[in-house]
Amino acid sequence: MLNNIYNIFFIPEIFLACSSFVCLLFGLFLKKNAFRQTSNLAVFVLFLTILLVYYDSESNFANYKSLFSHSSFTNFFKILALLGSIASIIISKDYFLGIKLKNFEIPVLFLFSTLGMMLMISSNNLMSMYLAIELQSLSLYVAAAIKRDSISSAESGVKYFILGALSSGILLYGFSLIYGFTGSMNFDDISFYLSKYNNLNLGLIFGLVFVMVGLAFKVSAVPFHMWTPDVYEGAPNSITGFFAIVPKIAAVALIYRFCLVPFENFYLEWSQIILFLSIASMFLGAIAAIAQSNIKRLLAYSSIGHIGYILIALVAANDDGIKAASIYMFSYMIMNVAIFAILLSLKVKNEYLINISDLKGLSKSNPIVSLSISIIMLSMAGIPPFIGFFGKFYVFIAAIEQELYVLSVLGVLASVISAFYYLRIIKIMYFDESISEEIINFKISFQSKIILSLSLFLIICFIFYPSLLINISANLTI
Amino acid sequence: MIDWPLVSVIIFLPLIGALIILFIKEDELTSINIKWAALLTTLGTFILSLILWLQFDYSNPSYQYEEKFRWFDDFNFFYHVGVDGISLFMILLSTFLTPLCILASWNNIKKRVKEYMLSFLFLETVMIGMFASIDILLFYIFFEAVLIPMYLIIGIWGGNRRIYASFKFFLYTLLGSVLMLIAIIVMYRNTSSMSIEFLQGNYFSYNTQLFLWLAFFASFAVKIPMWPFHTWLPDAHVEAPTAGSVILAGVLLKMGGYGFIRFSLGMLPEATEFFIPLIMTLSIVAIVYTSLVALAQTDIKKLIAYSSVAHMGIVTIGIFLVNQQGLEGAMMQMISHGLVSAALFLCVGVIYDRMHTREIEFYGGLVQRMPLYATVFMIFMLGSVGLPGTSGFVGEFLVIIGAFKFSSYVVIGAAFGIILSAVYMLYLYKRIIFGTITNNKLADILDINTREKIILIPLAISVILLGIFPNLFLDPMRLSLELIITNYEIANAK
Repeated sequence: MLNNIYNIFFIPEIFLACSSFVCLLFGLFLKKNAFRQTSNLAVFVLFLTILLVYYDSESNFANYKSLFSHSSFTNFFKILALLGSIASIIISKDYFLGIKLKNFEIPVLFLFSTLGMMLMISSNNLMSMYLAIELQSLSLYVAAAIKRDSISSAESGVKYFILGALSSGILLYGFSLIYGFTGSMNFDDISFYLSKYNNLNLGLIFGLVFVMVGLAFKVSAVPFHMWTPDVYEGAPNSITGFFAIVPKIAAVALIYRFCLVPFENFYLEWSQIILFLSIASMFLGAIAAIAQSNIKRLLAYSSIGHIGYILIALVAANDDGIKAASIYMFSYMIMNVAIFAILLSLKVKNEYLINISDLKGLSKSNPIVSLSISIIMLSMAGIPPFIGFFGKFYVFIAAIEQELYVLSVLGVLASVISAFYYLRIIKIMYFDESISEEIINFKISFQSKIILSLSLFLIICFIFYPSLLINISANLTI
Repeated sequence: MIDWPLVSVIIFLPLIGALIILFIKEDELTSINIKWAALLTTLGTFILSLILWLQFDYSNPSYQYEEKFRWFDDFNFFYHVGVDGISLFMILLSTFLTPLCILASWNNIKKRVKEYMLSFLFLETVMIGMFASIDILLFYIFFEAVLIPMYLIIGIWGGNRRIYASFKFFLYTLLGSVLMLIAIIVMYRNTSSMSIEFLQGNYFSYNTQLFLWLAFFASFAVKIPMWPFHTWLPDAHVEAPTAGSVILAGVLLKMGGYGFIRFSLGMLPEATEFFIPLIMTLSIVAIVYTSLVALAQTDIKKLIAYSSVAHMGIVTIGIFLVNQQGLEGAMMQMISHGLVSAALFLCVGVIYDRMHTREIEFYGGLVQRMPLYATVFMIFMLGSVGLPGTSGFVGEFLVIIGAFKFSSYVVIGAAFGIILSAVYMLYLYKRIIFGTITNNKLADILDINTREKIILIPLAISVILLGIFPNLFLDPMRLSLELIITNYEIANAK
């Protein structure tokens, strides 16, 4: 396939990279409505990329000096990330126009970071993995600080950058140790080298731990989660939406691939680390979210909690675990798209909604919106019959398959604790009487409405035909 | 036999009604349409569920009207519903009580009528679905989904401490049921089947059974509720609106008893044998302790709530006797309690609607102004006490007969509880109904109106019918219960 020079262009990553530059130039030369037009073009480009990923299943891209690999697992997560970034560009368009942040660079930054994520998901080499992570992160650092005249946005950008750079440094040091002790950067070679030994030597264990720390930063697992609530809070809402929806998908896929490909034979070594990260994330996510009054901080802790559940499936490290991760990630993305589609359209007294207590009385003024929020919250809490329940259900199936009984019981206990703060939002909307006459406006563009109704439809109706998603995720190979 | 999916229609008819209501715009004029739509849907469901009873084959102990479709492609989870002798009356109880609840809320729910009716119709769907499920995953989904509408009903339309009560209810019961989820998955891993029918064959090793049993116990003991897991119940009952209390006492508590029969007895017989002394002790403590607590209450609803815990203690004794009389008695007691306590809460609702207080002190001498009310209240009060001729008697009598085969100490405990129940109910009745009116505010209280008659009289008739013709109800369930007992004895004889 690579013999034909034109076909190179149809490799999804290369197509996305070229199109991103086209988008950049397109925005640069447009005089009017540059932001809106560039966003539309970016959505179109991402859509084409999805088609390419989908129809490109026979590509030999993996052979590109073994820098990247290619499997149904990577394809699934790439499509998920692309769908997530399409959705977040569409739902955030009106918000950006509303706060008069019309830099056409924003969709381009999203495109570049999506490109980084695609490369992250399929990377098969320590070097390509690092470069992909950096491409993704650098775009996100800029995106977090994009609102230049806002102190909180700049602060969150800097915070994200410093902590992200630190974690990249740790990650890189881990890579160097792994390279030093195995003599290879390629995942398959590392795996082959390690399969000859029964136990890791001390240097490799250090390398593994450093890499785990770096990856835990990227997925924001406890105790490396500190940046998440601050960055979520400081960045503009729509950027927060992007942070919540897309990079997590790529980071989760990466941590799965890193644990299950080069280090598959050293399950005992890395599973202890993941086990701790998982338990700590579930409980800290559940408990810390209770005290939050800012909806973005609450969602940050909620995402930390969700990461804990996904890591349970990684500890299980079996086929069911991969299936569970893909189902959970899908449900996580859908639920976050839905909740951010609503948050980016809700205005209280002409300000975009920040405080949870401002939701008071929403059920009176906007019954449909508050019903939707309730459904999303119940789904996030993992209450059947919504999609969130099935994500958790598959995670626990995977864990029990591996006889991780204690971990499963801890997981369900954490889910009960986390149910409290999800219920609190429903309580504020429905049970509290609104005293003051707060004016809540819900204005949503037609495109976001489609995204919102589609994701709500999936949340509610998944139960009626689960096999559609499950058949796809059952056949994923890493 | 019927060749159309009767059970599914019964399950999903209320949901369809809810969808229709969702599209009715709510304002002053149309809220009456919403109420009528809800009432007609629930009545339709009730009539359909009567067909279940009329066409029921008494000679078949296993599931009837079965429907089975593949649901998940990767695991053996099915959409599998059906009705047997045990679930038949639980379904009838749900479909019978829901229209009464809608009627009972006809005038006293003034805000958010649409959401209220939606919650009730959704609740009816999940209740029926839960009792009709043959697949455990399906059962679990319905079992947990019950929490959503009930949380909203207590939280939105409840009393002053409704938020505390609704959170306590939700989190307490969720904590119990998530452990059941783990147990369900473990069962599936061991047998690759989720069919309740299939799993009733003792497939688990003794140690596994013990853990599974405890997980199921956590869920059902909270739901039924057993002492000491009952503390959510008085709060939930007191704060819930009348119709919420009716459903809570009438149907939701039975989910626990139903679960014990299906799962603990049916699937984990050896572990059940091991834990019987625990259950008996907790039940007797529950009966005696909560009866004494009930005696000290000043709030009518709280008193009835504690009496529910005591009555459920008799149910758990009956179930874990695992003999024909005990199980039949437990089933009868559940049906009877479903009708009687629901009716008692409705009776409290009648005077609460008029006076807006539930303090016993406030009332007295109601018979002077409300003779008809005094009469129906008496029927239900006697039903709760267990007077011969009412439904309460049959259940308690059978349980005590069954208990003689097990241990006379259990009989003494249960009988003591029954005596105490007479004490607190008669004392309550005396304080509210008899005497002369001392409180001036009661001077012009009105007797029950036509709507309230329509609600209370069918309940009174069924309480007496159940007491006089118990075989009408015992015959359909007999074979299904025998099947469970036979399986249990075979498993424990090994």
